Amino acid sequence: MRKTLYRYLQGFLVPVTVLAVWQGVSMSGWVSPMILPAPTAVLARWIAYLLPLQPFDPQLSGYIVWMFSGELLHDTYASFYRVMIGFFIGAGLALPLGLAMGASDRMYKLFNPLIQVLRPIPPIAFIPLSILWFGLGNPPAFFLITLGAFFPVLMNTIAGVRHVDAIYIRAARSLGADQKTLFLRVMLPAAAPYILAGARIGIGTAFIVVIVAEMIAVNSGLGYRILEAREFLWSDKIIAGMITIGLLGLAIDTIMNRLNTRLLRWHRGMESR
Amino acid sequence: MNQHAVTGSLASEPCIAVRGLRQVFTGSGEKEVIALDGIDLDIHTGEFVCLLGPSGCGKSTLLNAIAGFTTPTAGRITVNGASVAGPGPDRGMVFQEYALFPWMTVERNIAFGLEIQKAPKETIRGKVDALLTMLQLTEFRDRFPKDLSGGMRQRVAIARVLALDAPILLMDEPFGALDALTRRNLQDELLRLWSTLCKTVVFVTHSIEESVYLADRVAVMTYRPGTIKRDMPIALPRERDPSSPEFNRYMKELTQLVMEEQQRHHVDELRAAESK
Repeated sequence: MRKTLYRYLQGFLVPVTVLAVWQGVSMSGWVSPMILPAPTAVLARWIAYLLPLQPFDPQLSGYIVWMFSGELLHDTYASFYRVMIGFFIGAGLALPLGLAMGASDRMYKLFNPLIQVLRPIPPIAFIPLSILWFGLGNPPAFFLITLGAFFPVLMNTIAGVRHVDAIYIRAARSLGADQKTLFLRVMLPAAAPYILAGARIGIGTAFIVVIVAEMIAVNSGLGYRILEAREFLWSDKIIAGMITIGLLGLAIDTIMNRLNTRLLRWHRGMESR
Repeated sequence: MNQHAVTGSLASEPCIAVRGLRQVFTGSGEKEVIALDGIDLDIHTGEFVCLLGPSGCGKSTLLNAIAGFTTPTAGRITVNGASVAGPGPDRGMVFQEYALFPWMTVERNIAFGLEIQKAPKETIRGKVDALLTMLQLTEFRDRFPKDLSGGMRQRVAIARVLALDAPILLMDEPFGALDALTRRNLQDELLRLWSTLCKTVVFVTHSIEESVYLADRVAVMTYRPGTIKRDMPIALPRERDPSSPEFNRYMKELTQLVMEEQQRHHVDELRAAESK
C-alpha cells in the first residue's frame, strides 16, 4: 500500500520541484515578471484564456455554445483541424505511393531519386514557396502540414511492404491466393506495424509544422496566438499557449498510441505496451 | 492397420512424378551451386514418403520444387498427370516456421483458403468447426498465433491446409522446432489424419528416428549435388515401436547412409574455410 502510494507520488516529484523553484524565483523579484511570469500567473492566464470572452447572453447563443466560445478552445480546434486535414491529405497520398513503391521495383526505381532529393528539405523551408503559390490563410498551412506528414508515412510504408516475410507470401500462394488477395490480405496487414509507426511520426511532424505555419500564414490557432502574445509582451499568455500546445500534442499521440495498440493487438511487440 | 502400404500402390500411376530434376542456384556473385541433380522419384497416392538427409542436401529444395515455389533448371515434375507450373491448393504446404498469418485469429487462419475460393459462409463455418474439433483447437479459435505454443501453432497450420481438402501434404520439417513430447504427439496426430483422410504426404526431416516412425518409404539424399542415394521402404507394421529391434535395424542402416553424407558435408565446409 505504502509502496504504491510512493510510486504514484514519484511521478509528481520532479514537476512539483520545478514549479516550486520557478514560483520562488518569480516571487523573489530577481527576474522581471515580463521575462518569467510566476506559475500562478500563467495558470490564471490559462484559465482566462480558456473561459468565454463575453458574459453569457441567452439572446446571442445557447449555454453550451457560450461555454465553448473561449479563445483557447477556438485556437485548439483551429490547430487540430489543420493537423487533421494536412495529415489525411499527406498520408492519403503517401500510402498508395508507398505501397506501389514497396511492391514494385519499377515504381521504386522511378520515384526514389526524386524522393531522396525532396525528403531532406524540412517542410519549414517550403514556407516562402508555399506563400507564393497559395497566398495566405489555410491553403499554405495545409500544404506545409501535408508535406510534413507525407514523407514519414511514405518511407515507412515502403519499408513495411519490403519487409513482409516471404514465408507469408509463400503460404498464401500455396493456399491459392491471387495477386490482389496477396496484396490486400497479406502484404497490407503484414506491413501495418510499419505503416502505423509512420503515421505516428507523420502526425507528430504535422503538429510541429502546424505551429510554424500558423506563425506565418494565418491569424488563428495556437501558433498564431503565442506569436500575437509576444507583440503585447504577454509572457504569461505565451507560456499558457505553449502548455496548451503540449497538451494537444500529448492528446494526439495518446490517441495514436491507443489506435496502434487496438489495430496491432495481434502483434508480438505490443504485449508489453 | 494401414491399408495403403507400398506394395499395394506400386501398380497405379504415381501421384507425384519427378523426372531428371536439376536445380541450379547462382550463389552470391561468383559460383553456381547445383542443389539438385538428376532426381527421379515416384510417390504414389496415399503414400507417406520422408526425404531424409543432412542440412544442405537439397531436401527442402526438392519439396519447394514440388510445391511449385521454384522453377526447375531442368527436368519435370507432374502431379496427378499435370505439370507443376506454380503453387496450388491441391498441394498443402506446412512449414517449420508455421507461417500462420499473425494478424488473423486461429479461426480466420483456417478459413483463409476457403474465403479466397469464395466458398459459401455456412460451408466455411462448418468446415472450420469440424477442423477445430479434429485438431482439438476449439477453445483457441479466437486467439492470435502469438498466444499459442509451437505445437498449437503447427496444429493450426495443418488445419489451414486440411481446410482445402488438398490430397497432397508437403511438410518441410514441420515438427523440427518442437520439444520431444509435443513432437511425438503431433507425429501420432499426423499419422491418424493421414490414415483417416487418405492423404499423400511428402515429409522433409533430418531426424532419422522421425523418418522411420512415420514413413512408408524413406528417400535418403546425398549432399551437394542432391540426388537420391537410397530409396528405402520401411516394412514395419503400424503402430511402430521405436524400441523394437526391427525399428533399430532400420535406424542403424539409415544412420550409416546419412552419416556418410554428413561426412562429405563436413569435408566441404573445411575446404571452404581453408580457401578463405
